[in-house]
Amino acid sequence: MNVKDLITLIDGHLYNPSANLDREVKGGCGADLMSDVLASIQPEAVLLTGLCNPQVIRTSMMADVAAVIIVRGKTPPKETIDLASQEELALISSPFGMFELCGRLHRAGLPSLERAVGDEPCSCDE
Amino acid sequence: MGDISRIQKRPVTDQDAENITRVEELAYELKVEAVMTKEPSTVTPETSMLETLNLFRQIRISGAPVVNNHELLGIISIEDLIRSLQENDLSSPVSKYMSSTILTIHGSDPVIEALKLFVNSHKGRLPVLDQDNQLIGIITKGDITSGILKALQKDYHAEEIKRYRASHLFEDINSDRSSLILRYNIKQGDFIHGGSASSAIKSALLRLGATPQMARRTGIAVYEAEMNLIIHSTNGGVIRVEIEPHQISINISDDGPGIEDIELAMRPGYSTATETVRELGFGAGMGLVNIKRCVDSMRLESVFGKGTNLRLKIFLQSEETVGEASGSNKET
Repeated sequence: MNVKDLITLIDGHLYNPSANLDREVKGGCGADLMSDVLASIQPEAVLLTGLCNPQVIRTSMMADVAAVIIVRGKTPPKETIDLASQEELALISSPFGMFELCGRLHRAGLPSLERAVGDEPCSCDE
Repeated sequence: MGDISRIQKRPVTDQDAENITRVEELAYELKVEAVMTKEPSTVTPETSMLETLNLFRQIRISGAPVVNNHELLGIISIEDLIRSLQENDLSSPVSKYMSSTILTIHGSDPVIEALKLFVNSHKGRLPVLDQDNQLIGIITKGDITSGILKALQKDYHAEEIKRYRASHLFEDINSDRSSLILRYNIKQGDFIHGGSASSAIKSALLRLGATPQMARRTGIAVYEAEMNLIIHSTNGGVIRVEIEPHQISINISDDGPGIEDIELAMRPGYSTATETVRELGFGAGMGLVNIKRCVDSMRLESVFGKGTNLRLKIFLQSEETVGEASGSNKET
Protein backbone atom coordinates (compact mmCIF):
# COMPACT_ATOMS: atom_id res chain seq x y z
CA MET A 1 0.00 0.00 0.00
CA ASN A 2 1.33 3.46 -0.74
CA VAL A 3 0.54 6.77 0.96
CA LYS A 4 -2.02 7.67 -1.72
CA ASP A 5 -4.02 4.45 -1.13
CA LEU A 6 -3.79 5.11 2.58
CA ILE A 7 -5.36 8.56 2.26
CA THR A 8 -8.31 7.17 0.27
CA LEU A 9 -8.84 4.40 2.80
CA ILE A 10 -9.22 6.75 5.77
CA ASP A 11 -10.94 9.77 4.14
CA GLY A 12 -7.72 11.55 4.97
CA HIS A 13 -6.73 15.17 4.46
CA LEU A 14 -3.11 15.66 3.39
CA TYR A 15 -1.52 18.81 4.85
CA ASN A 16 1.63 18.82 2.72
CA PRO A 17 0.92 17.97 -0.93
CA SER A 18 4.66 18.03 -1.71
CA ALA A 19 5.17 14.79 0.23
CA ASN A 20 5.99 11.64 -1.72
CA LEU A 21 2.62 9.90 -2.16
CA ASP A 22 4.16 6.87 -3.83
CA ARG A 23 6.14 5.94 -0.72
CA GLU A 24 5.33 2.41 0.37
CA VAL A 25 3.75 1.84 3.77
CA LYS A 26 4.76 -1.54 5.16
CA GLY A 27 2.58 -1.61 8.27
CA GLY A 28 1.20 0.46 11.09
CA CYS A 29 1.77 1.58 14.65
CA GLY A 30 -0.60 3.53 16.90
CA ALA A 31 0.61 5.43 19.97
CA ASP A 32 0.36 8.75 21.75
CA LEU A 33 3.52 8.38 23.77
CA MET A 34 6.53 9.24 21.65
CA SER A 35 8.80 7.05 23.77
CA ASP A 36 6.49 4.13 23.06
CA VAL A 37 6.78 4.89 19.36
CA LEU A 38 10.57 5.05 19.55
CA ALA A 39 10.69 1.83 21.53
CA SER A 40 8.38 -0.27 19.42
CA ILE A 41 7.99 0.96 15.85
CA GLN A 42 9.76 -0.75 12.97
CA PRO A 43 10.88 1.20 9.87
CA GLU A 44 8.49 2.26 7.06
CA ALA A 45 5.32 2.12 9.18
CA VAL A 46 2.45 4.60 9.21
CA LEU A 47 2.15 6.22 12.63
CA LEU A 48 -1.35 6.82 13.99
CA THR A 49 -1.42 9.29 16.84
CA GLY A 50 -3.62 11.75 18.68
CA LEU A 51 -0.72 14.12 19.21
CA CYS A 52 -0.16 17.04 16.84
CA ASN A 53 2.99 18.80 18.06
CA PRO A 54 6.20 18.99 15.98
CA GLN A 55 7.74 16.22 18.08
CA VAL A 56 5.50 13.78 16.24
CA ILE A 57 7.39 14.62 13.05
CA ARG A 58 10.81 14.58 14.76
CA THR A 59 10.03 11.21 16.29
CA SER A 60 8.88 9.94 12.90
CA MET A 61 12.09 11.08 11.24
CA MET A 62 14.20 9.30 13.83
CA ALA A 63 12.16 6.12 13.49
CA ASP A 64 11.95 6.11 9.66
CA VAL A 65 8.16 6.44 9.66
CA ALA A 66 6.56 6.44 6.16
CA ALA A 67 3.52 8.66 6.95
CA VAL A 68 1.75 10.21 9.95
CA ILE A 69 -2.00 10.09 10.56
CA ILE A 70 -3.49 12.46 13.12
CA VAL A 71 -6.62 10.74 14.45
CA ARG A 72 -10.03 12.20 15.32
CA GLY A 73 -9.82 15.09 12.87
CA LYS A 74 -7.48 17.24 14.92
CA THR A 75 -5.76 20.11 13.12
CA PRO A 76 -2.01 20.16 13.68
CA PRO A 77 -0.37 23.55 14.41
CA LYS A 78 1.62 25.37 11.73
CA GLU A 79 4.99 24.32 13.23
CA THR A 80 4.07 20.68 12.75
CA ILE A 81 2.90 21.18 9.17
CA ASP A 82 6.02 23.21 8.34
CA LEU A 83 8.33 20.58 9.73
CA ALA A 84 6.48 17.80 7.88
CA SER A 85 6.78 19.80 4.64
CA GLN A 86 10.45 20.42 5.23
CA GLU A 87 11.08 16.73 5.84
CA GLU A 88 8.72 15.75 2.98
CA LEU A 89 6.87 13.37 5.29
CA ALA A 90 3.15 12.93 4.53
CA LEU A 91 1.05 14.47 7.34
CA ILE A 92 -2.57 13.34 7.14
CA SER A 93 -5.56 13.89 9.37
CA SER A 94 -8.59 11.62 9.43
CA PRO A 95 -12.00 12.21 10.99
CA PHE A 96 -12.02 8.71 12.51
CA GLY A 97 -10.79 7.66 15.94
CA MET A 98 -7.75 5.54 16.71
CA PHE A 99 -9.57 2.21 17.05
CA GLU A 100 -11.57 2.66 13.86
CA LEU A 101 -8.46 3.67 11.91
CA CYS A 102 -6.32 0.80 13.17
CA GLY A 103 -9.20 -1.54 12.27
CA ARG A 104 -9.58 -0.14 8.77
CA LEU A 105 -5.88 -0.35 8.00
CA HIS A 106 -5.53 -3.84 9.47
CA ARG A 107 -8.54 -5.05 7.47
CA ALA A 108 -6.96 -3.60 4.33
CA GLY A 109 -4.00 -5.90 4.91
CA LEU A 110 -1.59 -3.61 6.73
CA PRO A 111 0.27 -5.60 9.43
CA SER A 112 1.28 -4.29 12.84
CA LEU A 113 4.79 -2.86 12.92
CA GLU A 114 4.70 -2.47 16.69
CA ARG A 115 7.08 -4.79 18.35
CA ALA A 116 5.91 -6.41 21.57
CA VAL A 117 7.91 -5.55 24.68
CA GLY A 118 10.77 -7.90 25.44
CA ASP A 119 11.04 -9.41 21.97
CA GLU A 120 14.61 -8.41 21.42
CA PRO A 121 17.31 -6.66 23.40
CA CYS A 122 17.12 -3.70 21.05
CA SER A 123 13.91 -3.14 19.18
CA CYS A 124 15.26 -0.27 17.13
CA ASP A 125 18.09 -2.29 15.64
CA GLU A 126 16.06 -3.29 12.62
CA MET B 1 14.49 46.33 -17.67
CA GLY B 2 11.60 47.88 -15.77
CA ASP B 3 10.57 44.40 -14.75
CA ILE B 4 13.78 43.48 -13.10
CA SER B 5 14.01 46.58 -10.93
CA ARG B 6 10.51 45.89 -9.66
CA ILE B 7 11.47 42.36 -8.74
CA GLN B 8 14.54 43.51 -6.87
CA LYS B 9 12.69 46.17 -4.88
CA ARG B 10 10.06 43.80 -3.55
CA PRO B 11 11.32 42.31 -0.28
CA VAL B 12 11.77 38.56 -0.61
CA THR B 13 10.22 36.72 2.30
CA ASP B 14 11.55 33.40 3.62
CA GLN B 15 8.52 31.75 2.11
CA ASP B 16 9.30 33.23 -1.32
CA ALA B 17 12.90 32.14 -1.01
CA GLU B 18 11.85 28.60 -0.18
CA ASN B 19 9.66 28.45 -3.26
CA ILE B 20 12.38 29.56 -5.66
CA THR B 21 13.43 26.50 -7.58
CA ARG B 22 16.93 25.76 -8.78
CA VAL B 23 15.70 26.30 -12.34
CA GLU B 24 14.56 29.82 -11.49
CA GLU B 25 17.88 30.52 -9.77
CA LEU B 26 19.71 29.30 -12.85
CA ALA B 27 17.66 31.61 -15.10
CA TYR B 28 19.22 34.49 -13.16
CA GLU B 29 22.67 32.96 -12.68
CA LEU B 30 23.39 31.67 -16.17
CA LYS B 31 24.62 34.16 -18.75
CA VAL B 32 23.33 34.19 -22.30
CA GLU B 33 26.84 33.59 -23.67
CA ALA B 34 27.07 30.35 -21.67
CA VAL B 35 24.07 28.75 -23.37
CA MET B 36 23.99 30.42 -26.83
CA THR B 37 25.16 28.82 -30.06
CA LYS B 38 28.54 30.38 -30.76
CA GLU B 39 29.70 31.51 -34.21
CA PRO B 40 26.38 30.80 -35.88
CA SER B 41 26.11 30.31 -39.64
CA THR B 42 25.17 33.62 -41.26
CA VAL B 43 23.90 34.75 -44.64
CA THR B 44 24.39 38.03 -46.48
CA PRO B 45 21.57 40.22 -47.85
CA GLU B 46 22.54 39.04 -51.33
CA THR B 47 22.31 35.30 -50.53
CA SER B 48 19.37 33.82 -52.43
CA MET B 49 16.43 32.28 -50.63
CA LEU B 50 17.23 28.93 -52.31
CA GLU B 51 20.78 28.93 -50.91
CA THR B 52 19.34 29.82 -47.54
CA LEU B 53 16.90 26.89 -47.78
CA ASN B 54 19.80 24.52 -48.55
CA LEU B 55 21.84 25.90 -45.66
CA PHE B 56 18.97 25.43 -43.22
CA ARG B 57 18.42 21.89 -44.45
CA GLN B 58 22.12 20.97 -44.35
CA ILE B 59 22.92 22.08 -40.84
CA ARG B 60 19.37 21.67 -39.52
CA ILE B 61 18.68 25.19 -38.30
CA SER B 62 15.53 27.24 -38.57
CA GLY B 63 16.94 30.75 -38.65
CA ALA B 64 20.16 32.71 -39.23
CA PRO B 65 21.44 36.28 -38.78
CA VAL B 66 21.85 38.37 -41.91
CA VAL B 67 25.23 40.08 -41.83
CA ASN B 68 27.10 42.45 -44.09
CA ASN B 69 30.74 43.25 -43.23
CA HIS B 70 30.19 42.27 -39.59
CA GLU B 71 27.15 44.49 -39.40
CA LEU B 72 23.94 42.80 -38.30
CA LEU B 73 21.12 43.70 -40.68
CA GLY B 74 18.34 41.29 -39.82
CA ILE B 75 17.19 37.74 -39.21
CA ILE B 76 16.02 35.27 -41.80
CA SER B 77 13.89 32.42 -40.51
CA ILE B 78 12.03 29.39 -41.79
CA GLU B 79 8.78 31.41 -41.74
CA ASP B 80 10.33 33.83 -44.25
CA LEU B 81 11.36 30.88 -46.40
CA ILE B 82 7.79 29.59 -46.40
CA ARG B 83 6.55 32.99 -47.58
CA SER B 84 9.00 33.00 -50.47
CA LEU B 85 7.98 29.43 -51.35
CA GLN B 86 4.32 30.47 -51.43
CA GLU B 87 5.23 33.24 -53.86
CA ASN B 88 7.40 30.81 -55.81
CA ASP B 89 10.20 33.30 -55.35
CA LEU B 90 13.19 31.25 -54.13
CA SER B 91 15.58 33.10 -56.46
CA SER B 92 15.08 36.44 -54.67
CA PRO B 93 17.78 37.68 -52.28
CA VAL B 94 17.42 37.34 -48.53
CA SER B 95 17.09 41.12 -48.17
CA LYS B 96 13.58 40.93 -49.66
CA TYR B 97 12.18 38.57 -47.00
CA MET B 98 14.33 39.04 -43.88
CA SER B 99 12.93 40.74 -40.84
CA SER B 100 14.97 43.82 -40.16
CA THR B 101 13.36 44.88 -36.90
CA ILE B 102 15.94 43.16 -34.79
CA LEU B 103 15.70 42.46 -31.11
CA THR B 104 19.14 41.66 -29.72
CA ILE B 105 20.57 40.64 -26.39
CA HIS B 106 24.01 40.92 -24.81
CA GLY B 107 26.13 37.91 -24.00
CA SER B 108 26.60 39.13 -20.45
CA ASP B 109 22.83 39.38 -19.79
CA PRO B 110 21.25 36.73 -17.60
CA VAL B 111 19.19 34.08 -19.39
CA ILE B 112 16.03 35.44 -17.73
CA GLU B 113 16.31 38.59 -19.91
CA ALA B 114 16.30 36.46 -23.06
CA LEU B 115 13.30 34.52 -21.75
CA LYS B 116 11.40 37.78 -21.16
CA LEU B 117 12.15 38.93 -24.71
CA PHE B 118 10.97 35.60 -26.09
CA VAL B 119 7.73 35.80 -24.15
CA ASN B 120 7.00 39.43 -25.09
CA SER B 121 8.08 39.36 -28.74
CA HIS B 122 7.14 35.86 -29.95
CA LYS B 123 10.51 35.73 -31.73
CA GLY B 124 12.10 32.33 -32.18
CA ARG B 125 15.71 33.44 -31.89
CA LEU B 126 17.77 36.41 -30.76
CA PRO B 127 21.19 37.49 -32.08
CA VAL B 128 23.70 37.83 -29.23
CA LEU B 129 26.09 40.79 -29.22
CA ASP B 130 29.24 41.59 -27.22
CA GLN B 131 30.01 44.95 -25.57
CA ASP B 132 31.10 46.37 -28.94
CA ASN B 133 27.80 45.27 -30.47
CA GLN B 134 29.52 42.64 -32.57
CA LEU B 135 27.58 39.46 -33.30
CA ILE B 136 28.95 36.60 -31.16
CA GLY B 137 26.14 34.07 -31.27
CA ILE B 138 22.47 33.26 -31.51
CA ILE B 139 20.12 32.03 -28.82
CA THR B 140 16.85 30.07 -29.05
CA LYS B 141 14.47 28.78 -26.38
CA GLY B 142 15.92 25.35 -27.06
CA ASP B 143 19.43 26.62 -26.21
CA ILE B 144 18.11 27.89 -22.89
CA THR B 145 16.39 24.61 -22.07
CA SER B 146 19.46 22.51 -22.82
CA GLY B 147 21.75 25.01 -21.06
CA ILE B 148 19.68 24.85 -17.87
CA LEU B 149 19.48 21.07 -18.11
CA LYS B 150 23.26 20.84 -18.40
CA ALA B 151 23.72 23.15 -15.41
CA LEU B 152 21.30 21.08 -13.35
CA GLN B 153 23.19 17.91 -14.25
CA LYS B 154 26.41 19.56 -13.18
CA ASP B 155 24.77 20.46 -9.82
CA TYR B 156 23.66 16.88 -9.43
CA HIS B 157 27.11 15.64 -10.21
CA ALA B 158 28.68 18.02 -7.69
CA GLU B 159 26.26 16.70 -5.03
CA GLU B 160 27.30 13.12 -5.84
CA ILE B 161 30.96 14.03 -5.46
CA LYS B 162 30.24 15.72 -2.12
CA ARG B 163 28.52 12.60 -0.84
CA TYR B 164 31.31 10.41 -2.07
CA ARG B 165 33.89 12.59 -0.36
CA ALA B 166 31.98 12.56 2.94
CA SER B 167 31.70 8.79 2.89
CA HIS B 168 35.47 8.56 2.41
CA LEU B 169 36.31 11.37 4.84
CA PHE B 170 38.68 9.50 7.11
CA GLU B 171 40.53 7.77 4.28
CA ASP B 172 41.82 11.06 2.97
CA ILE B 173 43.15 12.15 6.35
CA ASN B 174 46.36 10.73 7.68
CA SER B 175 46.62 10.47 11.46
CA ASP B 176 46.97 7.82 14.14
CA ARG B 177 43.38 8.34 15.11
CA SER B 178 40.94 10.59 13.23
CA SER B 179 37.54 11.65 14.45
CA LEU B 180 34.84 14.13 13.62
CA ILE B 181 33.23 15.98 16.51
CA LEU B 182 29.77 17.54 16.30
CA ARG B 183 28.51 19.78 19.13
CA TYR B 184 25.00 21.04 19.75
CA ASN B 185 23.75 23.40 22.46
CA ILE B 186 20.28 22.45 23.63
CA LYS B 187 17.96 25.02 25.26
CA GLN B 188 15.80 24.10 28.22
CA GLY B 189 12.08 24.13 27.35
CA ASP B 190 12.62 24.52 23.59
CA PHE B 191 10.02 22.00 22.50
CA ILE B 192 9.60 23.58 19.07
CA HIS B 193 13.19 22.81 18.05
CA GLY B 194 13.45 19.67 20.15
CA GLY B 195 14.92 16.94 18.00
CA SER B 196 16.63 19.19 15.48
CA ALA B 197 20.09 18.27 16.81
CA SER B 198 19.23 14.57 16.58
CA SER B 199 17.97 15.08 13.02
CA ALA B 200 21.21 16.80 12.08
CA ILE B 201 23.26 14.01 13.66
CA LYS B 202 21.26 11.35 11.85
CA SER B 203 21.73 13.03 8.45
CA ALA B 204 25.43 13.56 9.13
CA LEU B 205 25.84 9.86 9.81
CA LEU B 206 23.96 8.90 6.65
CA ARG B 207 26.13 11.30 4.69
CA LEU B 208 29.24 9.72 6.16
CA GLY B 209 28.05 6.37 4.84
CA ALA B 210 26.47 4.86 7.98
CA THR B 211 23.86 2.16 7.36
CA PRO B 212 20.22 3.29 7.78
CA GLN B 213 19.94 0.98 10.80
CA MET B 214 22.98 2.51 12.46
CA ALA B 215 21.75 6.04 11.79
CA ARG B 216 18.33 5.11 13.18
CA ARG B 217 19.75 3.59 16.39
CA THR B 218 21.93 6.60 17.01
CA GLY B 219 19.14 9.02 16.08
CA ILE B 220 16.66 7.47 18.50
CA ALA B 221 19.16 7.36 21.39
CA VAL B 222 20.25 10.97 20.90
CA TYR B 223 16.67 12.14 20.41
CA GLU B 224 15.55 10.72 23.76
CA ALA B 225 18.58 12.34 25.40
CA GLU B 226 17.93 15.65 23.64
CA MET B 227 14.32 15.63 24.88
CA ASN B 228 15.60 14.87 28.39
CA LEU B 229 17.75 18.01 28.27
CA ILE B 230 14.77 20.07 27.07
CA ILE B 231 12.40 18.63 29.68
CA HIS B 232 14.55 18.14 32.77
CA SER B 233 17.68 20.30 32.68
CA THR B 234 17.89 23.61 34.52
CA ASN B 235 19.84 25.57 31.90
CA GLY B 236 19.83 23.26 28.91
CA GLY B 237 22.92 21.27 28.00
CA VAL B 238 25.36 20.12 25.36
CA ILE B 239 25.37 17.14 23.03
CA ARG B 240 28.78 16.13 21.73
CA VAL B 241 29.07 13.41 19.16
CA GLU B 242 32.45 12.01 18.24
CA ILE B 243 32.40 9.98 15.06
CA GLU B 244 35.22 7.60 14.32
CA PRO B 245 35.25 4.93 11.59
CA HIS B 246 34.55 2.15 14.09
CA GLN B 247 32.59 3.84 16.84
CA ILE B 248 30.28 6.69 17.70
CA SER B 249 30.72 8.21 21.16
CA ILE B 250 28.00 10.50 22.41
CA ASN B 251 28.28 12.69 25.46
CA ILE B 252 25.25 14.53 26.80
CA SER B 253 25.84 16.81 29.74
CA ASP B 254 24.05 19.50 31.73
CA ASP B 255 24.70 21.49 34.88
CA GLY B 256 21.59 20.63 36.79
CA PRO B 257 19.46 19.68 38.54
CA GLY B 258 20.94 16.15 38.56
CA ILE B 259 19.19 12.86 39.16
CA GLU B 260 18.43 12.00 42.78
CA ASP B 261 18.23 8.24 42.37
CA ILE B 262 19.76 6.83 39.16
CA GLU B 263 18.50 3.30 39.79
CA LEU B 264 14.95 4.60 40.10
CA ALA B 265 15.36 6.79 36.98
CA MET B 266 16.40 3.75 34.97
CA ARG B 267 13.28 1.80 35.97
CA PRO B 268 10.83 1.53 33.02
CA GLY B 269 7.83 3.76 33.58
CA TYR B 270 9.38 5.89 36.31
CA SER B 271 9.04 9.57 35.48
CA THR B 272 9.30 12.94 37.16
CA ALA B 273 7.87 14.80 34.14
CA THR B 274 5.12 17.37 34.55
CA GLU B 275 1.62 17.08 33.14
CA THR B 276 2.48 19.59 30.36
CA VAL B 277 5.39 17.46 29.21
CA ARG B 278 3.21 14.34 29.26
CA GLU B 279 0.66 16.09 27.09
CA LEU B 280 3.42 16.50 24.52
CA GLY B 281 3.82 12.73 24.42
CA PHE B 282 6.92 12.56 26.58
CA GLY B 283 7.69 11.73 30.16
CA ALA B 284 6.41 8.17 29.96
CA GLY B 285 9.44 7.03 31.92
CA MET B 286 10.85 5.15 28.96
CA GLY B 287 13.54 7.58 27.74
CA LEU B 288 16.60 6.14 29.48
CA VAL B 289 15.32 2.60 28.90
CA ASN B 290 15.00 3.31 25.17
CA ILE B 291 18.46 4.84 25.03
CA LYS B 292 19.97 1.80 26.70
CA ARG B 293 18.31 -0.51 24.16
CA CYS B 294 19.77 1.42 21.23
CA VAL B 295 23.41 1.70 22.28
CA ASP B 296 26.21 -0.75 22.98
CA SER B 297 27.37 0.92 26.15
CA MET B 298 25.79 3.52 28.40
CA ARG B 299 27.21 5.25 31.43
CA LEU B 300 25.03 7.61 33.44
CA GLU B 301 26.63 9.76 36.11
CA SER B 302 24.76 12.36 38.05
CA VAL B 303 25.30 14.43 41.13
CA PHE B 304 22.05 15.70 42.57
CA GLY B 305 22.19 19.46 42.62
CA LYS B 306 25.17 19.56 40.23
CA GLY B 307 24.39 17.98 36.90
CA THR B 308 24.18 14.88 34.77
CA ASN B 309 26.56 13.30 32.29
CA LEU B 310 25.40 10.55 29.94
CA ARG B 311 27.99 8.71 27.84
CA LEU B 312 26.87 6.45 25.04
CA LYS B 313 28.88 4.33 22.65
CA ILE B 314 27.82 2.59 19.50
CA PHE B 315 30.32 0.21 17.91
CA LEU B 316 30.36 -0.29 14.17
CA GLN B 317 31.13 -3.66 12.66
CA SER B 318 33.90 -3.68 10.07
CA GLU B 319 31.37 -3.82 7.20
CA GLU B 320 29.45 -0.77 8.39
CA THR B 321 32.15 1.75 9.24
CA VAL B 322 31.59 5.42 8.53
CA GLY B 323 33.80 7.80 6.61
CA GLU B 324 35.88 5.14 4.89
CA ALA B 325 35.31 2.91 1.92
CA SER B 326 35.72 -0.48 3.58
CA GLY B 327 31.97 -0.70 4.27
CA SER B 328 29.90 -2.65 1.76
CA ASN B 329 26.78 -0.49 1.93
CA LYS B 330 27.88 2.81 0.49
CA GLU B 331 25.00 3.22 -1.91
CA THR B 332 23.89 6.49 -0.31
